[in-house]
Amino acid sequence: MGDLPPYPERPPQQPPDRRTSQASQRQYSWDQVQPLAADPEEGQQIAPDAQRNAPGWSQRGSLSQQESLLMPRAFQAEEARIGSMEYPSMNTGFPLEFQPQPYSDESRIQAAEVTTSLMQRLQQGQSSLFQQLDSTFPEPPVNPLDPFNLYQTDQFSEGAQHGPYIRDDPALQFSPSELGFPHYSAEVPEPEPLELAVQNAKAYLLQTSISCDLSLYEHLVNLLTKILNQRPEDPLSVLESLNRTTQWEWFHPKLDTLRDDPEMQPTYEMAEKQKALFTRSGGGAEGEQEMEEEVGETPVPNIMETAFYFEQAGVGLSSDESFRIFLAMKQLAEQQPIHTCRFWGKILGMNRSYLVAEVEFREGEEEAEEEEVEEMTEGGEVMEAHGEEEGEEDEEKTVDIIPKPVWKPPPVIPKEESRSGANKYLYFVCNEPGLPWTRLPHVTPAQIVNARKIKKFFTGYLDAPVVSYPPFPGNEANYLRAQIARISAATQVSPLGFYQFSEEEGDEEEEGGAGRDSYEENPDFEGIPVLELVDSMANWVHHTQHILPQGRCTWVNPLQKTEEEEDLGEEEEKADEGPEEVEQEVGPPLLTPLSEDAEIMHLAPWTTRLSCSLCPQYSVAVVRSNLWPGAYAYASGKKFENIYIGWGHKYSPENFNPALPAPIQQEYPSGPEIMEMSDPTVEEEQALKAAQEQALGATEEEEEGEEEEEGEETDD
Amino acid sequence: MDADSLLLSLELASGSGQGLSPDRRASLLTSLMLVKRDYRYDRVLFWGRILGLVADYYIAQGLSEDQLAPRKTLYSLNCTEWSLLPPATEEMVAQLSVVKGRFMGDPSYEYEHTELQKVNEGEKVFEEEIVIDKAVAIIPRGALFKTPFGPTHVNRTFEGLSLSEAKKLSSYFHFREPVELKNKTLLEKADLDPSLDFMDSLEHDIPKGSWSIQMERGNALVVLRSLLWPGLTFYHAPRTKHYGYIYVGTGEKNMDLPFML
Repeated sequence: MGDLPPYPERPPQQPPDRRTSQASQRQYSWDQVQPLAADPEEGQQIAPDAQRNAPGWSQRGSLSQQESLLMPRAFQAEEARIGSMEYPSMNTGFPLEFQPQPYSDESRIQAAEVTTSLMQRLQQGQSSLFQQLDSTFPEPPVNPLDPFNLYQTDQFSEGAQHGPYIRDDPALQFSPSELGFPHYSAEVPEPEPLELAVQNAKAYLLQTSISCDLSLYEHLVNLLTKILNQRPEDPLSVLESLNRTTQWEWFHPKLDTLRDDPEMQPTYEMAEKQKALFTRSGGGAEGEQEMEEEVGETPVPNIMETAFYFEQAGVGLSSDESFRIFLAMKQLAEQQPIHTCRFWGKILGMNRSYLVAEVEFREGEEEAEEEEVEEMTEGGEVMEAHGEEEGEEDEEKTVDIIPKPVWKPPPVIPKEESRSGANKYLYFVCNEPGLPWTRLPHVTPAQIVNARKIKKFFTGYLDAPVVSYPPFPGNEANYLRAQIARISAATQVSPLGFYQFSEEEGDEEEEGGAGRDSYEENPDFEGIPVLELVDSMANWVHHTQHILPQGRCTWVNPLQKTEEEEDLGEEEEKADEGPEEVEQEVGPPLLTPLSEDAEIMHLAPWTTRLSCSLCPQYSVAVVRSNLWPGAYAYASGKKFENIYIGWGHKYSPENFNPALPAPIQQEYPSGPEIMEMSDPTVEEEQALKAAQEQALGATEEEEEGEEEEEGEETDD
Repeated sequence: MDADSLLLSLELASGSGQGLSPDRRASLLTSLMLVKRDYRYDRVLFWGRILGLVADYYIAQGLSEDQLAPRKTLYSLNCTEWSLLPPATEEMVAQLSVVKGRFMGDPSYEYEHTELQKVNEGEKVFEEEIVIDKAVAIIPRGALFKTPFGPTHVNRTFEGLSLSEAKKLSSYFHFREPVELKNKTLLEKADLDPSLDFMDSLEHDIPKGSWSIQMERGNALVVLRSLLWPGLTFYHAPRTKHYGYIYVGTGEKNMDLPFML
């Protein structure tokens, strides 16, 4: 408080004892506050302390109204001393002779007088006041107080008038002659009610808000300090935004130096994982040797090039995402023994999405997975044996022979071998580049058949159950794999001539008429002009095998008994095989052109485009599937590629019709062997029991009768 | 998405797989600027692309000062010349819902339906776009604010949702006049901020679960995808003011949604 402007008049004499006694009680909070009056930047530190003081202020505020009539002078004088520098000077012009007058009458005068006095002091101490404003010490600068004084109609609950108020115009503050209070300037205002009003106003402002510890006073101080520090242009128009920013900053402290922001934790973790992608394996210390090794062939294809071409078509992920995928696949190639791999695409899910990589292992690397699968199937057979044993137990209990069920489960169609048919490639999935890759199991024909009947969104978690009717045999990983198989079979296309059949194929008869199932790259492929590729669908061919309705690519007769089935057949009664003769299913052979694809309800199954109509000489031919929305293929010169980005479902113009539940099974026909009768009711049973007892009683009497007769005879 | 931040928006929305090729992007940047000048719009949004069999429609919307006023829809086949779509009459609206199937890509194509008259594809595109827009255009909470005088303004101080808010469906609103707001109980309304919460939120959409919300790009981007209208992607980078939505799809509703959830 050393920079107070010297005022000519000193505070009038007051009863010192009362002042000091009260002062001592209330001095404490201000003493705590004063040492903290430091630079403006420490505003936030001061504020918590000011919060502690604010209740004090508000208490004082409430006290002031009650005590005002009792000891106005002492209170105000002490406030004046403890408070800001204006207060002592406020007493200057007001002689002590004024009696405390009833509050309500003088409130109007007080307000005006406060204003007047403040105006005068402003004229005198203009510069010092501005210095004051720069500090965040909660001394009330004149500016926020002034408008408040002018508009405090509700504060005085007695409903007093406050007289004409000055407009809130900064320019007016410097010329009290324009104030327009001529009739008040002649009177000598009373100090105590005036100061009382100011104290009340300030106390009200310092009330803390209900929901937080901030008071309007502190907020306004912060806001104005900010404005004066930053000096934005046209501050009135940005006032609201500054208001919000100040509020936001109050409640959201800047980053702590010691603790991380808890909300951003998962983001930072992901960033760390992705950073790991960017580090080269083996460290960089080996230098030139590593460079030579890496320049050699890597199984990971040039994903960036593919992404570039697809971008020309308007398809695909952004380039940095593609690069991350490339690094993730490189990581996969280092972890697994991979011969070739390809980025198959992205399947969107509800909670997470899947990035799918199509991979072919080196020879002889996949046997571990197959053994696990065989164990599972053996477990299934054991369950069937248990069913038969229970049937035998029942036989012992009842006299009737329970007829053996005639129904046999339909034979399980064996899944295709690895590296053939639908299981030609292995698929790895991950949710985001940087996360570990998970291998998907091979697909079984039953899964494909069921996948055709249901339509479900993927959740993003591989172990989620697939709840559907007909019940899907597997969890989401199996469903995902089945959909990938279907999509691959339907939409993997290449320009005509890129692949050709190798000439060393065996006769078609040996393979059961299923057609060739392998192909190789044509070294003489010259590339088809882009315009021709776009014009006719005959220039594109499928290079994956079509999946038969059975669920496999090569047909297998399910009625052929394998060795295991023959063993079981000896135990069971040989049931009739039924009149079914399974016909061999045939699908379109490999390398069929797309023009032969079936239409979807008068809709062409494929749409072709040139990527850029403005420069056809450099554009790329793009083919889009209408049957599987999201499947795209491009071809340009000798290069081509397929990709799928979508939800993983087929398009059907009709709505999805779920499979109906199976028809109700037939009951046993009533015949001589089995006749259906209703159970006897309770009355009938009791009647029967009574009749039986009577009959029994009758026979006993007869026996007794005979015994008695015999007894009598013997007695005689 | 805003035409001013088209490139960044396309980059952020690319997680769904469909975007625009570089030549289209370039032509969009110039042509949308000219559209804004010619039609005197306050903001021009690139709404998306409707895939047709022969050609694709590129749709843009023009907004006036009041963000919630009815928007003008423009279409283009080549991203260079834009024309206003003719609004459909009411009888057409009823008829259009019957005609199903993919768009052809030719605005003068007439659909034939046995019972009804021929339906112009141009009107069908318009109506479809209106339907989709009403159903699934989204705005994050706080991006627009309503003044007491009526018009809705873009909030220049919108700094983005925080991470915890960004994962909740209640932080996103439908970008249209509110329909369900009046049906809220008084208790719920008491918690709303009338300057910010004046639109329907996504929480109560039927069927429940028709929105997929996920984080992409290593938790730095929140993406909402509509499962009812597949192809609608909304993206927002939390704690920044980048947000927007784009529709790239065939324009057909996914009627099988209840089976698929």
